[in-house]
Amino acid sequence: MSLWQPSCDRDALRARSLFYQQIRAFFAQRDVLEVDTPILAAAPVTDPNIEPMQTTEGRWLHTSPEYAMKRLLCAGSGDIWQLCKVFRAGEAGSKHNPEFSMLEWYRVGWDHHQLMDEVRDLVRVLFQPRWQNIPEMRLSYAQAFTQYAGLDVHHVHDDVLHAKGIELAGQDLELNRDGWLDIIMSHLIEPSLPTNTLVFIDAFPASQAALAKITYDENGIAVAQRFELFFNGTELANGYHELTDAAEQRRRFNNDGRVAGGRKVDERLLEALESGLPECAGVAMGIDRLLMHSTGATSICEVLAFDWHRS
Amino acid sequence: MANYSTNEFKQGLKVMLDNEPCSIIENEYVKPGKGQAFNRVKLRNLRSGRVLDKTFKSGESLEGADAIEVDMEYLYTDGEFWHFMATDGSFEQHGASAEALGDTVKWLKEQEIYVITLFNGGILTVAPPNFVELEVTETDPGVKGDTANGGSKPATLATGAVVKVPLFINIGEKLRIDTRTGDYVSRA
Repeated sequence: MSLWQPSCDRDALRARSLFYQQIRAFFAQRDVLEVDTPILAAAPVTDPNIEPMQTTEGRWLHTSPEYAMKRLLCAGSGDIWQLCKVFRAGEAGSKHNPEFSMLEWYRVGWDHHQLMDEVRDLVRVLFQPRWQNIPEMRLSYAQAFTQYAGLDVHHVHDDVLHAKGIELAGQDLELNRDGWLDIIMSHLIEPSLPTNTLVFIDAFPASQAALAKITYDENGIAVAQRFELFFNGTELANGYHELTDAAEQRRRFNNDGRVAGGRKVDERLLEALESGLPECAGVAMGIDRLLMHSTGATSICEVLAFDWHRS
Repeated sequence: MANYSTNEFKQGLKVMLDNEPCSIIENEYVKPGKGQAFNRVKLRNLRSGRVLDKTFKSGESLEGADAIEVDMEYLYTDGEFWHFMATDGSFEQHGASAEALGDTVKWLKEQEIYVITLFNGGILTVAPPNFVELEVTETDPGVKGDTANGGSKPATLATGAVVKVPLFINIGEKLRIDTRTGDYVSRA
């Protein structure tokens, strides 16, 4: 096939179009406002594991619409959603394309448990043609580690974690604790999760809180009010009961390590948080991956009109 | 040799891993949304044939291995080395040691084409074709008319390899052998 030709077939184009109609109808019915924020931002993310792209004008292609949408929330927008293209340098593979479609939405006054219900409802609508009433399962990060890796994640000694990680990776990657947790999660736990089931994992270690609130679980351990949705071996969504404390957010940004490396913090977001972010929950969902499942595609290029190599 | 980063890893790329030449079979990019990016790589050790699963941090690199696979015709042995010649018209010749030849010695036949892995200019391994035709040099006398599948007997071939053959096979007959299993297929 020549490179001018699309990477997907017409059925995939139609499946995407239907997805977009269903998403619009879903949020219209629930009175959530569709918004459109800039793709080119003045400030980048400081996330240590996300690599933004920069234009020659010094603007940053957003890696998610989170910061701008939170500024709208601070300004009193109420419930909002957005479907947009986001960009992450270097993320290419059978489940990754550096430019991909993200659905992100925020619910004012909700916590992450309520939001998980809504994520489930939307995914059930989108998966309807292929699966009816997919079962769901919810478990905490600690439960997932106990059940599928036999590890007490909050108490296990670093040495034990390293040994398990090295066994799975086939070599010592010299990672920090969270890095080894990622190895165990991606190499052992994700592939062991029940298939054809929406699996929500929440209560992440506080060190992986990102922009989520931190609370204490029933054992007094600090955990992040963050969830991820997994389905048949892929991660489909990442959500938070959003951190509203501007000072704490600034502290986390500064600890991301990127700031020390010269990347500037998004002061407009922090100013907005200082003026007040309403209590809310938000989630980002990878639409291309949802499409992969609903169409039975094995590679992301099969659901993109033109993948990275053909763009 | 050049270095190759994980995002350049693709099927067939030859790289050095722990001082051993390897060929990449599969490369899968793995990245938890907020987590570290990895590449899960399947490699075949070109010397031992063993398949390894290794995870790398994305962006890490490996040194390329000066290894290629070429078709070569077997010529002769001088007792110490087994000599092969390229079939691409270059008449380039290389000698394989007994170690490099390994089990393929059982299926070695003059004028037959073998897949040779050259590493740093020398022969690393010799892979036989899937099927070779070899003459029987020793076996019990054939039982005439017995073409039933039931019985079998050992037969020694020209290369010294011993294979199980049907009872009706005689000395001097040429047999087609599957080198992957060492099984008799048919009379040639």
